[in-house]
Amino acid sequence: MAKPDSRLRALALGLGYAFLYVPILVLMVLSFNDSAMMTTWTGFSLRWYHELFSDRALLEAARLSLIIAAFTATAAVVVGTWVGYVLARMGRFRGFALFVGLASAPLVIPEVVLGISLLLMFVELSDLFGWEGSNGAFTIWVGHVILSMAYVSVIIQSRVRDLDRSLEEAALDLGAPPLKVFFQIVLPLIAPALVAAWLLAFTLSLDDVVIASFLTGPGHTTLPLEVFSRVRLGLKPEINALATLFMLLVAIFVVVAHRVQNRKGAST
Amino acid sequence: MKLDFLHAPPSWRRVLTIAPPFVWLILFLLVPFLLVLKISFADLEFGIPPYTALAEFSDHTLRLVLNLRGYALLFTDSLYVATYLHSVKMAAITTLCCILIGYPMAYYIARSEPATRSLLLIGVILPFWTSLLLRVYAWIGILRNDGLLNNLLMGIGLIDQPLEIYRTDLAVYIGLVYAYLPFFILPLYANLVKLDTRLLEAAYDLGAKPWQAFLSVTLPLSMPGVIAGAMLVFIPSVGEFVIPEMLGGADTLMIGRVMWTEFFNNSDWPMAAAVTCVMVMLLLVPLVLFQYGQTRELGMRGGRRNG
Repeated sequence: MAKPDSRLRALALGLGYAFLYVPILVLMVLSFNDSAMMTTWTGFSLRWYHELFSDRALLEAARLSLIIAAFTATAAVVVGTWVGYVLARMGRFRGFALFVGLASAPLVIPEVVLGISLLLMFVELSDLFGWEGSNGAFTIWVGHVILSMAYVSVIIQSRVRDLDRSLEEAALDLGAPPLKVFFQIVLPLIAPALVAAWLLAFTLSLDDVVIASFLTGPGHTTLPLEVFSRVRLGLKPEINALATLFMLLVAIFVVVAHRVQNRKGAST
Repeated sequence: MKLDFLHAPPSWRRVLTIAPPFVWLILFLLVPFLLVLKISFADLEFGIPPYTALAEFSDHTLRLVLNLRGYALLFTDSLYVATYLHSVKMAAITTLCCILIGYPMAYYIARSEPATRSLLLIGVILPFWTSLLLRVYAWIGILRNDGLLNNLLMGIGLIDQPLEIYRTDLAVYIGLVYAYLPFFILPLYANLVKLDTRLLEAAYDLGAKPWQAFLSVTLPLSMPGVIAGAMLVFIPSVGEFVIPEMLGGADTLMIGRVMWTEFFNNSDWPMAAAVTCVMVMLLLVPLVLFQYGQTRELGMRGGRRNG
């Protein structure tokens, strides 16, 4: 078969990846720039990293965000796996279209829509039941679980669909109860996808500004909220340092996750 | 019929598997959406919550008040109408740019050797995993009047006046395309990589030129992927808030920003809800298109396994 044109290929991929990566590289380089003006290079320095680690507001926000992200990822994996399993294995059922629609809505619906609707839900809840649980961290957690559940269910759904069904059938034929089949056969087989989904939910939560803005309460500033309030009016050099650390961390995460998934994928 | 066992287990078991996530989805997604609709018909009121109740029961009468203030304003005030039109235009142009940049990328990734392919794929997924907020922020340093791009262009003598990009619509376009490009590439790649290459070989054997084979085989077959990707770009772009707020000017009208202002700056919740409802109505056709594709994909694949 004819090979794709190599020059066109290099051009399309080269420009595309440059577009995706140049801004990130620029940010990383500038994080080592001594100048506070940021746009002119005045020399190598680690002063912004120093400043980052002595910025109490930022560190406190980071701590809160990491906690919320960990709880979000865990809950989203539980709910999203359930949703994804139903999508992959239950065939069609009454209300299937509604189920698919709701499960994938958070993937596309603008975040402001999710934000205001969840806020109104919490407001009505506290109105109806006199429920005073609208502590910011809790409501943000619920919002993030709903957002990332959709992504988790996509990952899990496609992984479960790729599983060899005969394993589950063999276990069922041998008399294993379905719940046991799920926990002892399906779950271990999709373990790499569970890890990937957990990490994705974690980063989604760690990145969200919009939903958190609607759902936060007094004294609960997450890292993206803090960062956004600083950068919406322009450049802040300490944020470059933060971004560099963040990107490196994620890069390591993704490469490790990919390795794990590939190895597992190859062995099954 | 043991193949059907998983599809038709004892029905109580099936119900127990399907019902809890279904109830969960309805409670946390459908009900909140309906609440937005409800509150868009309420009136502004000082207090907690800052809107009036729709239904009141007193003196043995149930009074239902639907307040159309928000909607009336939305459809008569030319600023709101212009904002909606402008948001749709920006999202449409963004989608088009994503198709133009993303299609060749997805195509060449899908046609690469498996080892290269997985590496290239990580390259697309990686930005997807890193903070959007920080990546959009990175563009500020590039696009500012004294930013990298202008310094570079002036340095090589291409221009002598800095280009005004930062805080204009152009910067928002760049930010939107940049942020949503991976969302377009991934579903399209998933489609292209499954393409049966024997069809292409047949086309070549019958004497088709590469571009003819592309236009008559690859492109039509990849349309579901293009549509899925385009919807994943278009729908969230219409309501985007962070990118126009960070890169756009004061005159970059986008509906997500207007809704944000109504909600946070004017504390007018009913108005914000009405803005949201009209936005969702505007997105109804693309949303249905997207959901239809999802349902068909899932239903069809499920059905095939069933048979």
